[in-house]
Amino acid sequence: MIVAEQKPIEEIMKMLHGFTKVLNLGCGGCTSICLAGGQKEVDTLSHDLRQKYADTGAAIEIGEHTIERQCNADFFFHLDDLVKEYQAVISMACGAGVQFVADRYPALPIFPALNTTFVGVDLDVGWYEENCRTCGDCVLGDTAGICPVTRCAKSLFNGPCGGTRLNGSCEVDKELPCAWYEIHQRLKSQDRLELITKVRPAREWVNQTRRTVIQAPYRDRYQK
Amino acid sequence: MKSGGNLEAVLNAGEFAITGELGPPRGTSIEAVREKAAHLKGMVDAVNITDNQTAVVRMASWATSLIVIEEGLEPNYQMVCRDRNRLAMQADILGASALGIRNILCLSGDHQQFGDHPRSKGVFDIDSIQLVNMVKNMRDEGKFLGGDDIDGPPKLFIGAAANPFGEPFEWRVHRLAKKLAAGADFVQTQCIYNMKKFRQWIDEANDMGLTEKIHILAGVTPFKSIGMARYMKNNVPGMDVPEDMIKRLKGAGKGKVATEGIKIACEQIEEFKEMKGVAGVHLMAIEWEHRVPQIVEQAKMLPRPVITPGSGEA
Ligand code: SF4
Repeated sequence: MIVAEQKPIEEIMKMLHGFTKVLNLGCGGCTSICLAGGQKEVDTLSHDLRQKYADTGAAIEIGEHTIERQCNADFFFHLDDLVKEYQAVISMACGAGVQFVADRYPALPIFPALNTTFVGVDLDVGWYEENCRTCGDCVLGDTAGICPVTRCAKSLFNGPCGGTRLNGSCEVDKELPCAWYEIHQRLKSQDRLELITKVRPAREWVNQTRRTVIQAPYRDRYQK
Repeated sequence: MKSGGNLEAVLNAGEFAITGELGPPRGTSIEAVREKAAHLKGMVDAVNITDNQTAVVRMASWATSLIVIEEGLEPNYQMVCRDRNRLAMQADILGASALGIRNILCLSGDHQQFGDHPRSKGVFDIDSIQLVNMVKNMRDEGKFLGGDDIDGPPKLFIGAAANPFGEPFEWRVHRLAKKLAAGADFVQTQCIYNMKKFRQWIDEANDMGLTEKIHILAGVTPFKSIGMARYMKNNVPGMDVPEDMIKRLKGAGKGKVATEGIKIACEQIEEFKEMKGVAGVHLMAIEWEHRVPQIVEQAKMLPRPVITPGSGEA
């Protein structure tokens, strides 16, 4: 899932400066699941904004609406008319959703209410951890299902650096496990250490330009 | 010879080598470099020139290396993976070799979070083992990492670092093997204080036949004070300082700790000279360059051998 966090309200207000009628648009996808940008959070943020504006004596009218996903055009149809009533939109989706809204309504200013943080997992309610940098060339099969690109602070490919602490934590933080320490432990327990004893050559980074994916069954339909 | 450099010649001649360390200044002072270099001249076979050490900006390692050459010292040009991508690295390697640098030490680099620009973007395009391999292919195959031919390949003696104490301990000798497989000619180790653990590591390396193929320089850093020993024990990740060492320093009494620190270092060097698989020492006297002559003298490492080119070593 994509995990996001709300921006400080002051930063949102700064973006909204000069607008008096805005739509706060929630997303029912990932940011709803990670409790950052769903219907409930739209309510809370709108309420907080109204309060803040009232405190400063400025006027603002905030509409609220949440669609199932801001990253798919199918969910936008009834929104097309609604947005016409507003001067700007606050999007509570991830960065992808924000851009999708902006591309759909190019005449309308769009403001992100969230910082998109990472692709990760739930550790518990309201507690998430980053696990994937979407590098596009997965090595997890060789690294015991532990991502060195994401979980090693230096994205190393050939084993732990010299900084691994005696308790197996990373040199950058005593509380952070060293990814390579964990990879070693797990591969050892599986008796598969030979996977990491060979030199892994420099990788070809495939995430340096914008990527698109067209799945095989659809190639005829989309590719000219 | 792979590089035509002094360090390679000394090691190939089977002499017990010694390398030093010099940290570039945080400004443009050539004088500061010359002054440090003066203490090391004639004392070491090559001197490591650190590359934005501890992720703090300093004069470029290659530039400092060139100043050091002017001073009659052979630099061991350090390069970290944190600050450069493969294009910049290869460009710098060509320039370094063209201007007479003969040794390169390939490192991952301390994480930027520790330095003076903690929110900078760490590059880590390739890792230190991949860097070793890249330099090796540039030198021996005359190829850039991208596959094109190099018009005049670089001539460099390739070094890497090893930490015999980092966890997981049993992995460390395999990491050494990996660095050898990638093309390292020599390694310099992390500062050694736990001699017992180091012996275990070098024994494993001997058993695996690694030490016949790679020159290992044992890292030595004399303690200046009890505070420094405590700091290294508690705050430097991957450092192993046994409590005994600290006790011994304490026992030296007021005003005598530094002398005791040097004495310990010299005893270690004596041990390393006798240790199978150890080809020399790497003396890291951090901001203590002026004491290097005394230490090298006391460790009976003088005079340094002069190997005349063409005297028989391959
Ligand atoms: S200590 Fe481990 S996780 Fe941290 S940078 Fe080094 S190898 Fe990566």
